Amino acid sequence: MKSLILSLLTATLATSALAADKVGVGFIYVGPKDDYGYNQAHAEGCAGVQQLSWVKGVEEASVPETTAVQETMRNMINLDGALIVFPTSFGYFDPHILKVAKQYPKVQFLHCGGMYTEGKHPANVGSYFGYIDEAVYISGIVAGHATKSSKLGFIAAKPIPQVLRNINAFALGARSVNPKATVQVIFTGEWSMPVKEAEAATSLINQGVDVLTCHVDSPKVILETAERRGIYVTGYHANGIKLAPKGYLTGAEWNWSKVYTDYAEAVKAGKSLAAGTIPHLVRGGLKEGFVKVSAYGPAASEAAKKDADAAKAKFMDGSMVIFKGPLKDNTGKEILPAGKELKQQALELEAMGWLVEGVVGSTKN
Amino acid sequence: MAIPTGAVVVALALFGLFCAFQGKNPFAVFAAINKAAFGSWYSFQNTLVRAAPLMLTALCTALPARLGLVIIGNEGALVVGGLSATAAGLACATAPVAVVISVMTLAGMVGGGLWITVCGALYYQRGVNETISSLLMNYIAIAVLNHLVNGPMRDPSSLNKPSSFPIPDDKMLPAMGDSNVHYGLVFGLVACVIAWALMEHATFGFKVRMIGGNIRAARMSGLPVARLGLITCFLAGAAAGIAGMIEVAAVHGRANESLAAGYGYAGILVAFVARYRGLPIILVATLLGGILASGGILQRQFKLPDATILVFQGLVFLVILFSDSLYGKFKFFKEREA
Repeated sequence: MKSLILSLLTATLATSALAADKVGVGFIYVGPKDDYGYNQAHAEGCAGVQQLSWVKGVEEASVPETTAVQETMRNMINLDGALIVFPTSFGYFDPHILKVAKQYPKVQFLHCGGMYTEGKHPANVGSYFGYIDEAVYISGIVAGHATKSSKLGFIAAKPIPQVLRNINAFALGARSVNPKATVQVIFTGEWSMPVKEAEAATSLINQGVDVLTCHVDSPKVILETAERRGIYVTGYHANGIKLAPKGYLTGAEWNWSKVYTDYAEAVKAGKSLAAGTIPHLVRGGLKEGFVKVSAYGPAASEAAKKDADAAKAKFMDGSMVIFKGPLKDNTGKEILPAGKELKQQALELEAMGWLVEGVVGSTKN
Repeated sequence: MAIPTGAVVVALALFGLFCAFQGKNPFAVFAAINKAAFGSWYSFQNTLVRAAPLMLTALCTALPARLGLVIIGNEGALVVGGLSATAAGLACATAPVAVVISVMTLAGMVGGGLWITVCGALYYQRGVNETISSLLMNYIAIAVLNHLVNGPMRDPSSLNKPSSFPIPDDKMLPAMGDSNVHYGLVFGLVACVIAWALMEHATFGFKVRMIGGNIRAARMSGLPVARLGLITCFLAGAAAGIAGMIEVAAVHGRANESLAAGYGYAGILVAFVARYRGLPIILVATLLGGILASGGILQRQFKLPDATILVFQGLVFLVILFSDSLYGKFKFFKEREA
């Protein structure tokens, strides 16, 4: 008996010693890990960072934006020894992350999409996001080539800046190769509402839309509906070719593995947000490797691939600007005069409240 | 008592089988659930924080159930209570904190109370089925919430998550001492005790139970059935409304879509399992709070899927509902004939 206890004790000591060498990283998702969408993209990022032998990752999925997420963060820090937590849902930021971050000043709290404000938020909080509108713009180019009716459909969750930016990028991409193309938008009002998304897809297809795309948490039902109805679709968040093997043209994907690996390496090297050695705001697009474009599906034409690759090359060398004048919104109001450009970092883009010419729909939903 | 306890044991056994099929040792899982929910003061705090809103939303089903009504509009009453409390709190945000909290509580009670009173009125005046109407009113409440936080109540600086303007930090309900448990728990406990006293030990409760027992007999003996019914519905909605107020005043500090987090639906489960009585609700809410709080450890330590805890919750619910049909089926449960 004594030897059993002794061996158990040594085993525990050994594991805790092992754990001490490892960097604990906690990931929290608002939905399931296999949603072919927002949460899957982050879970793939978690799987990516766990490739590093010195990273010990823990995950928790389907955590609501309530005190439940505060509890999960505390558990990951206290019980699993996490040094970095990635609570990935937008709604986790205020008040949950801000509250728990104050209690654990040594832990790095990194949030996807939030806006860190110096002086107002705890110093150990940082935010990261990707310019995914670049990949959406390229999807738009491929969609503009693929459509025969010149009617594209966009199923969106809410008329908020991050979503509007993608709708506009998609429309601008499509109209750069097919000036006749229009993008019909339907807002479902919810991040995850598969029934409404399926209804929206069916209604758009019945109106003659022949390429669909979306910005909702899980594109699953939209991809499946498009495939069943025999039209094309471009993906969002994660690669969806498995759900639409025939109609999947391409898609805009996150590449969180790269972002999470960078953060883990910084923390291992002793850097921290509070000391200022990890920047509080991290942003990047195709060039920085934060986002990527899905491999082309079988339905993407050679001409489409050529135009899309050309745009991608311009994003990679930094010469591409998506939002540049002359630009009008869909009510005819001028947004940008000729010659004026809004680069990706422009704060105006983070507060976008308009839809560009060629988009059929209204932000007042 | 034997039947609910037996039901929980059967549910545990079924869940154990489920874990075994997932390749995990059921006893290790049970031990982990116990540790994560009740094992230490640190983990018990999590259980209490989760139990607080459940106590209040459970009353929303439990009180009308004594009238014989099945109200499941808890989520809607919570949302409307939260919205009313936010609006009232913002209107008097410069007042001292005690005033702000009192005004918010009252507004939450009135908002949630009137919401469920509508279901009661539809039933007593028009004969509309209260279960269906209260369920559908949940969706209306959530739509109203989305409309208001996207429009009239929206703080323009809440770009990517439309929300109302925030209640100032120093006007919010604080945590108790240096724990993570906020004062919402006190509201929950007090409400359950009041409900218990009112329903089991006051004339009002006796009248309500008489209506639930036989509505015709109650009418014949001169009870104002509709009025008592509407008052009970109001109290029920007021309880859920306080839950919404607490979500705003103690947790979020503002109204937004996070208000509709499912506490209302979980409250229905608590009310059923507690057989609609105030004191057992405290116990069952704590138990369910513990189950929910242990969901995380099943994922992090056992790598079980995130839906596992819902499987457990569903099993408990189904087995207890089914066990209701056992009453009177066995000789030893039957009351002795006189």
